[in-house]
Amino acid sequence: MKPVVEVSNVNMTYQSPNGEIHALDDISFVVHEGEFVSIVGPSGCGKSTLLSIISGLLKPTSGEVLLYGEPNIGPSRKTGYMLQKDHLFEWRTILHNVLLGVEIQKTLTPEAREKALNYLKTYGLYEFRNKYPEQLSGGMRQRAALIRTLVPDPQILLLDEAFSALDYQTRLAVNEDIYLIIRQEKKTAILVTHDISEAISMSDRVVVLSHRPGRLKKIHNIELSCAKRTPLSCREAPEFRHYFQQIWKELDIHV
Amino acid sequence: MSDSAVIPSSSMAEPAISAAHAEYLNKCRRHKLMVRATQMAILVICIVLWEMLARAAIIDPFITSQPSRIIRTIGVLFHEGVLFMHIGVTCVETIIGFLLGTVAGVLFAIALWWSKFFSEVSEPYLVVLNSLPKIALGPVFIVWIGAGPVAIIVMTLAISLIVTILEVLNGFMGVDQEKIKLVHTFGGSKYQVLTKVLLPASFPSIINALKINVGLSWVGVIVGEFLVSKAGLGYLIVYGGQVFKLDLVMTSVVILGIAAMIMYQGVVWFENFVLKKNGQLQREDKDW
Ligand SMILES: Nc1ncnc2c1ncn2[C@@H]1O[C@H](COP(=O)(O)OP(=O)(O)O)[C@@H](O)[C@H]1O
Ligand SMILES: [Mg+2]
Repeated sequence: MKPVVEVSNVNMTYQSPNGEIHALDDISFVVHEGEFVSIVGPSGCGKSTLLSIISGLLKPTSGEVLLYGEPNIGPSRKTGYMLQKDHLFEWRTILHNVLLGVEIQKTLTPEAREKALNYLKTYGLYEFRNKYPEQLSGGMRQRAALIRTLVPDPQILLLDEAFSALDYQTRLAVNEDIYLIIRQEKKTAILVTHDISEAISMSDRVVVLSHRPGRLKKIHNIELSCAKRTPLSCREAPEFRHYFQQIWKELDIHV
Repeated sequence: MSDSAVIPSSSMAEPAISAAHAEYLNKCRRHKLMVRATQMAILVICIVLWEMLARAAIIDPFITSQPSRIIRTIGVLFHEGVLFMHIGVTCVETIIGFLLGTVAGVLFAIALWWSKFFSEVSEPYLVVLNSLPKIALGPVFIVWIGAGPVAIIVMTLAISLIVTILEVLNGFMGVDQEKIKLVHTFGGSKYQVLTKVLLPASFPSIINALKINVGLSWVGVIVGEFLVSKAGLGYLIVYGGQVFKLDLVMTSVVILGIAAMIMYQGVVWFENFVLKKNGQLQREDKDW
């Protein structure tokens, strides 16, 4: 498999008037084409920072990130970012919301529009294209946010706690939903989460980071024996608990 | 929502109105009617009482004026051909001051948001200017600009500009940082952040600034006319006061009140127009 994201020796130190914050310490890992990788770690350990660096929104203090073998400078069209909340603009219709990316990138062609409409059709939002976000349920909104990310055609999806604003039931459903969409569209995905179950159930590999400064603690290859590899059915797999306990221990959570 | 019938989801479709709901809607309508009727009644009672007390010589119409005299005064001004001239002068000054204050205020707020350095440098000046009673600058403007409509408009600007800047800037600061980050994730520029997120998201603040500005523009213009003018409603008020024609003063005040209300409604209309264009009109009754 082709390496798609190569993170090598990334360090990040934030400067602030109150001193320096060492957020990431010498992070290296590789994500291959079509893989689904999760990053877990205690809150404040630098997960969002790491995603921002991968996307090119932030420059690391040292080290580098290669996307398809090329160093990335500035926000890359190869990546699509999904934030914790859907951030659909309440003054735009769903169709205009999902076109935001191509509009900003000045590639709002009739084909892009067609593609957006097709996504909306395929993923059950077509009837809502002229509705406003407030008329949609939380799950539908998150799907619309994913479509907005997909329309500019990124190859790599970066999801920053993209599900944590949803209530538990919706979250399970949206996990399933989005996982299947990402697989169907054959994207490479990196998901940041602090939900261990979510990480195990969705991923091929789980990267565990330590407390701040975030250091790479362990990378787990997730192999689950379940008939259909979907997040919900994976939660039933016998190995699930074993992974859970191991990652729980590594996270070293004190209350 | 005319096309709601095509939506399969039951939560989106509008069901036929039940008896209880019809009853509730009826109650809402009656309540609204009641409020309106009471408002009208208070106005009518005040006018009638004013008129009767003056006629019964319980209050002195020479000092308090009275509704019938106000109507007569309006007639006289109309026949002299100066009624619309005075109203026009004041309205034009107000509208120019209002538009300039709004546009300049929004542009200034954008500049402050755009450059952090500029914003930090300006901060103490804005604080001082905001707390300074701008009316104190009136004589300065007259000396600098000369007694005329321009000085009046500058007075209006002085009063409304800072408030607009602060109100709009406040709106900008209230925009969710993550929405801005979203634009950056698509590689958006600062200008795109402004046009795609900041301005539409702070539309309520901008409208709020407009509403505040309507009132402030009238204050600015009337104060300006008190100080310098030869025409306009403010001039009529000062002149009427000096020659002890309270009818003229009261008439001008009443016209002023009506004009200010119309302008405020204009802003409300503009707000609803923009919201409707964006299909977001939820509020059906305007609150005024
Ligand atoms: N722009 C910034 N300036 C200074 N410190 C920051 C900045 N962004 C994040 N940090 C700090 O870096 C650390 C890691 O943040 P973040 O990547 O958001 O963690 P996580 O997403 O894992 O919760 C936190 O301690 C946070 O306070
Ligand atoms: Mg985070």
